[in-house]
Amino acid sequence: MELSGGEILIEALKEEGVEFIFGYPGGAVLHIYDALYEQNSVKHILVRHEQGATHAADGYARATGKPGVVLVTSGPGATNAVTGIATAFMDSIPMVVISGQVQSRFIGSDAFQEVDCVGITRPCVKHNFLVDSLENFAETIKKAFHVATTGRPGPVVVDIPKDFTTPGVTIPFVYPKKVNMRSYSPAEQGHPGQIRKAVDLILAARRPMIYSGGGVVLGDASAQLREFTELLGYPITQTLMGLGAFPASNEQNLGMLGMHGTYEANMAMHDCDVLIAIGARFDDRVTGEIESFCPDAKIVHIDVDPASISKNVTVDVPIVGNVTLVLDAMIALIKDTGRRADPADLAQWWATIRQWASTNCLAYELDDKLIKPQSVVESLWRVTKGDAYITSDVGQHQMWAAQFYGFDKPRHWINSGGLGTMGFGLPAAIGVQLAFPEETVACVTGEASIQMCIQELSTCMQYGTPIKIVNLNNRYMGMVRQWQEFNYDKRYSHSYMDALPDFVKLAESYGHVGMRIDNPADVDKAMEEAFAMKDRLVFMDFQTDQKENVYPMIEAGKGHHEMRLNPARELA
Amino acid sequence: MMRRHVIAVLLENESGALSRVSGLFSARGYNIESLTVAATHDPTLSRMTIVTIGTDRVVEQITKQLNKLVDVVRLTDLTEVAFIEREIMMVKARAVDAGREELKRITDIFRGRILDVTDTSYVIELTGDDHKLSAFLDAIGRDNVIEAVRSGATGIARGEKSLKP
Repeated sequence: MELSGGEILIEALKEEGVEFIFGYPGGAVLHIYDALYEQNSVKHILVRHEQGATHAADGYARATGKPGVVLVTSGPGATNAVTGIATAFMDSIPMVVISGQVQSRFIGSDAFQEVDCVGITRPCVKHNFLVDSLENFAETIKKAFHVATTGRPGPVVVDIPKDFTTPGVTIPFVYPKKVNMRSYSPAEQGHPGQIRKAVDLILAARRPMIYSGGGVVLGDASAQLREFTELLGYPITQTLMGLGAFPASNEQNLGMLGMHGTYEANMAMHDCDVLIAIGARFDDRVTGEIESFCPDAKIVHIDVDPASISKNVTVDVPIVGNVTLVLDAMIALIKDTGRRADPADLAQWWATIRQWASTNCLAYELDDKLIKPQSVVESLWRVTKGDAYITSDVGQHQMWAAQFYGFDKPRHWINSGGLGTMGFGLPAAIGVQLAFPEETVACVTGEASIQMCIQELSTCMQYGTPIKIVNLNNRYMGMVRQWQEFNYDKRYSHSYMDALPDFVKLAESYGHVGMRIDNPADVDKAMEEAFAMKDRLVFMDFQTDQKENVYPMIEAGKGHHEMRLNPARELA
Repeated sequence: MMRRHVIAVLLENESGALSRVSGLFSARGYNIESLTVAATHDPTLSRMTIVTIGTDRVVEQITKQLNKLVDVVRLTDLTEVAFIEREIMMVKARAVDAGREELKRITDIFRGRILDVTDTSYVIELTGDDHKLSAFLDAIGRDNVIEAVRSGATGIARGEKSLKP
């Protein structure tokens, strides 16, 4: 089959089983867009800004486990995509970004819409390629998908000069069945000796703690994590990225840890004697002050990326490997030994943990007049029966969604944890809804974040994605305001959102349904009404208490045992 | 404790591979004392020698992060084995009056070679490790140096050990 570069790309995407490509046309990719026009098997989703394309592809990838695919033009198309690429990179999301480039003979000449895309994206991709000939194009795409989806996943950029996609300039097309890269071989099985050492340590624990992260979600190891945790009967906490990998409703689950984690999870981290870190990377928002992190613990760390091991915290038993395979091996070995941790020790440890949990650290004070943002998330959980896909932006609303929407399933909590990208939630929700048209998808956001990619409301209309937007509108950049309250003597420098649009009218102008909710008594009713509109996007603008803060909180420089608790807790 | 490490890296001989490595060092705030790179006997591979200074923990991270680069085929921290380090230096030095003879003598002692001669200067070639090259500059007096260029260190393990793809 003789194909042009544009046609090769489409055929390669078909071979990779790509359903959707999120993109925006422009000069350098016009040949590719012409090839897209001829077919229906790869569906193109036209966004309104390239950042939206990357977040939508990212949301699709997080919800499905399949790589998200993006197509952007050269120059500003590529630079607009960078925020989304970096977002995917920080959270290890498989993504393939095809960017157009100026004709190869113009590269380096400061041509119109020329930018060094490979250079600009290098620090925020797993790998990138500049295609140097039509002959190498198919193999490069194959490599891009392979690298993006294996080992620790991540975004891969393929920059393709326009002249290699010229219609009529064809070569025989063969899509390689296998990839041969001598320089790339991600870890699979964990080292048996290390696994044995880890199991010995785990079974000898008196105050064990399991700390799991986004790697368990990415590695589809939720079933293994659950079996492992239930087999041992140990307490477990998850990172922001790991929520849903272990059911929130399971009583061994202490909830999220870290800066806004639960009191019991953080205290158990601080006091444990054996810590089992699974697919987590000891991020600074999780560890708090490193000097006082798990002072008495021996640490086992399972991760597919050797560079994650002992990067921030030195560990005692590292196991590099695919989390599913390593957990399978550990479960088998634990069953084989027939040994378990001392039941008396474990019972005592659980009693201590229950004591911490009785602090009821997430309790907040309800109000007759002001809508409490936490209560909106709790209402969302009730109305969606805890079964929706929830995307979020970044800030207070993100933390409340994480704290109050109990995720029982993996891949249902979709947020930008590493990079903390405001503007992520809405486009991400588009990707999720396209992947699962029959499922409920809600975007929990705030009036500041939502405005960063608000233009994608138009995309939602074009493709009929009935997302429910839960806007926790406190007229502040809430998390900035909170830090200014705590650390800057209430000097609210530029954190107030003045001149806000009327979100109801805004939603309506895009053809969607808008609702404004001011009264706490109306929250549940509005939520039910909105979710009853199955085929419409509904923008729910909740006017919330402006002064509400996210608690508990570990402030900068503090350890897990030095949490700031909600002063209203006693009253609740 | 900060220690000097010499890391040998085999990487795909592709455009951009060098900037991936140098970008990694700047992005993560690692030191580079020197970095040399050239194609090997196998034209598909480049070999790089990086000299860096860091604590054991930082250097462990450096090697892991380097290994993570998709273009990196293999690497080894030569400082963990017996190895040979060589660097080439060319020095243009002032050579006048009695100093001409003195400079020639010191060059001979250091087993250097004079590559170019004018009425007032020599260009001297010298090979060795970091210490030897520095010692030579001290011996001839740094004030007498008009210009000096160093290649940066290259390294190879002693014995049977080798860095192969």
